[in-house]
Amino acid sequence: MDTKKTCNIEKINQFMEKIFQEYLPVKDNLIQILNEVQEQFGYIPKESQIKISEFLKIPMAEIYGVITFYSRFTLEPKGKYTISICLGTACYVKGSQKILDRLEERLKITSGQTTQDGMFSIDTTRCVGACGLAPVFTVNGEVYGKATVKKLDEVLDKLLENK
Amino acid sequence: MKNLQEIHKIREEKRKELDIRVNTDLKTREKHILVCHGTGCTSSKSIEILENFKKIIKEKQIENVRVIKTGCFGLCAKGPIVIVRPEDTFYANCTPEDCEEIIQTHIIEGKEVQRLLCKDIDGTKVKSLDELNFYKKQERIALKNCGVINPEDIDEYIAFDGYLALEKVLKEMNQEQVIETIKKSGLRGRGGAGFLTGLKWELTKNVEVDQKYVVCNADEGDPGAFMDRSILEGDPHCVIEAMMIAGYSIGANKGYIYVRAEYPIAVKRFQIAINQAKEYGLLGKNILGFDFDFDIEIRLGAGAFVCGEETALLESIEGRRGHPRVKPPFPAQSGLWGKPTLINNVETYANITKIILNGAEWFNQIGTEKSKGTKVFALGGNVNNTGLVEVPMGTTLREIVYDIGGGIPNNREFKAAQTGGPSGGCIPKEHLDTPIDYESLKEIGSMMGSGGLIVMDDTKCMVSLAKFYLDFTVSESCGKCTPCRIGTKRMHEILTKICEGNGTDKDINLLEKLALNVQKSSVCGLGQSAPNPVLSTLKYFKDEYKEHVSYKKCRAKECKDLTQIEIDVNLCKGCSLCQKNCPVNAIEGEGRDVRVINQEKCIKCGTCLTKCPFKAIK
Repeated sequence: MDTKKTCNIEKINQFMEKIFQEYLPVKDNLIQILNEVQEQFGYIPKESQIKISEFLKIPMAEIYGVITFYSRFTLEPKGKYTISICLGTACYVKGSQKILDRLEERLKITSGQTTQDGMFSIDTTRCVGACGLAPVFTVNGEVYGKATVKKLDEVLDKLLENK
Repeated sequence: MKNLQEIHKIREEKRKELDIRVNTDLKTREKHILVCHGTGCTSSKSIEILENFKKIIKEKQIENVRVIKTGCFGLCAKGPIVIVRPEDTFYANCTPEDCEEIIQTHIIEGKEVQRLLCKDIDGTKVKSLDELNFYKKQERIALKNCGVINPEDIDEYIAFDGYLALEKVLKEMNQEQVIETIKKSGLRGRGGAGFLTGLKWELTKNVEVDQKYVVCNADEGDPGAFMDRSILEGDPHCVIEAMMIAGYSIGANKGYIYVRAEYPIAVKRFQIAINQAKEYGLLGKNILGFDFDFDIEIRLGAGAFVCGEETALLESIEGRRGHPRVKPPFPAQSGLWGKPTLINNVETYANITKIILNGAEWFNQIGTEKSKGTKVFALGGNVNNTGLVEVPMGTTLREIVYDIGGGIPNNREFKAAQTGGPSGGCIPKEHLDTPIDYESLKEIGSMMGSGGLIVMDDTKCMVSLAKFYLDFTVSESCGKCTPCRIGTKRMHEILTKICEGNGTDKDINLLEKLALNVQKSSVCGLGQSAPNPVLSTLKYFKDEYKEHVSYKKCRAKECKDLTQIEIDVNLCKGCSLCQKNCPVNAIEGEGRDVRVINQEKCIKCGTCLTKCPFKAIK
């Protein structure tokens, strides 16, 4: 994943060219293409939306509508470390809300935001499927199971050290 | 491309080779080491375990041993799980470092690794899977192949009667006969509402039109539910085969499976399965030489709970925002691109091949009068054996929680079980003996839902639980209809008010009224069922609401504004366990002193509550 604040246009155009060869220019491929862009860049840059709009012949407004509807898509780049707290029921019952509270308190941002220095983003997910290890949180996709407030503090301290 | 004879040959030869997986008495020098590769185990390093086994076997040049990745065994609490067949030895909580010992002691010396044997709840060590209480009351139909075969190898699926049901259908049955069989079996949709599957198929078949579609709903959005994902990860071909059978019987040649993008492993394995099926000519034109074409495409979801609703799902496949459509017309008449479309969920499809092969009567004998077959539950929360369980319909909640689930950890008491996720309700202690089926759950104010089953102990506050679910529905409401968009928001506000200690008696009445209105007037299933968590907690735990409002008290000590955590001076033994675990160093005292909580520092996280061995913290 590219973690720079914004991605350069050339890179985006190149990637879009590649993607458009894999898909037919029909409207129902919109979500599939957006998924690829999100996966590649960690957000959906405006430049890519313009390209998609030309390719699928869909107005920009409609693309914007789809992006903002689905929680997986974001319009802003994420931080270097995305810490994602699972708020699925199994994790919630085992106290994941307290872990989220603690994380928000320490980073002084709320879920969905990124810290000023671009280091951390907080995210909440609804079930990563590791319910047997509840409560869980992930850092850039790596799962930390049987989490406690203390464990989160330890992980966070380590990440801050490496900063 | 393979013809029918070649498939038969693969089945016969491979079945002999894989007898080791199911026949514990088999006399052979061969060993199969099965390593669980479900999401639960892979997130605790089962991939490394598999690699390590392979490396050691290669280094030591051991013959006759194969290492296989499988789907979920079910007992996620004990993961990562390693099973050695044919003797069926069950090793729990393995780490990559344990591989060496398993190879040396078990494979080379022929002795069990005592240290890693799985312990049952009562502490006794068990040698094999079947001896565990967790498995005794289970009956695996939908999950039959999960944990037995390698999901990325089509030959292994074929070995265990894979694609035999399809062959039977194409060879011996016409469309009406297939539908009749499904109807007779009594199978009902496993996605939530429980509509008769056979009837749905018949309605879709009866529309005469040039193009129809088959859709598999794998947008398992319920937090705490992972049945469908486990099936896709552990046995993807059984879903493909069932979709083809559905396609044949309604007259469709194109299928879509809509999967959450949050399930990368499931998506990857399903794609592999599609590719392999195409390679064998099991998908494509003139399948197995019969006059039948079928093709399947994967469509990824992008994180919207409402897309689990069938018409919203169709909108999403077409590339739009997932807004539900007004019904009627039902998808059976006008679905994808306005064509008749059959939508079933993963678990429903997973039952189809077994019904075709074993007959409707066999399936009909399992379960209760109106709910046939089995149901897979994702058991989670405050229960010892978290994991995936499949039980016959009619099994009681008590059996699931206590016999299979092994009871509540830390000697706590059972308070409630929640089924059906944000659409379901809470079942209190007095209904523990209710046999679980579609009707009985509805009667007690909950619903079957897709199968999440979360157990809660007495440290859970029911008011904040209702708030938690509303939090979910507020953020997932698509915004199309007013009752759901605004009603859930208002309910959430009232619940927040109550949890913060500012609620009045009037609020409780208003909440109830609002909930009933949202239930009646919303467009789709999401809105209609969103008030269920509120209504069921109001029904069974009204006194807790009253306590919050009248006495500003939260008995579970979950609502932060209404609690203060204190240490009982008479019970504290000064063990300092609480102090060591406190994340903010709010607990003061030295040596064997009675500990005191500094209320200014305390963030009320509750860690000390769970850590105290003497129950001195309240």
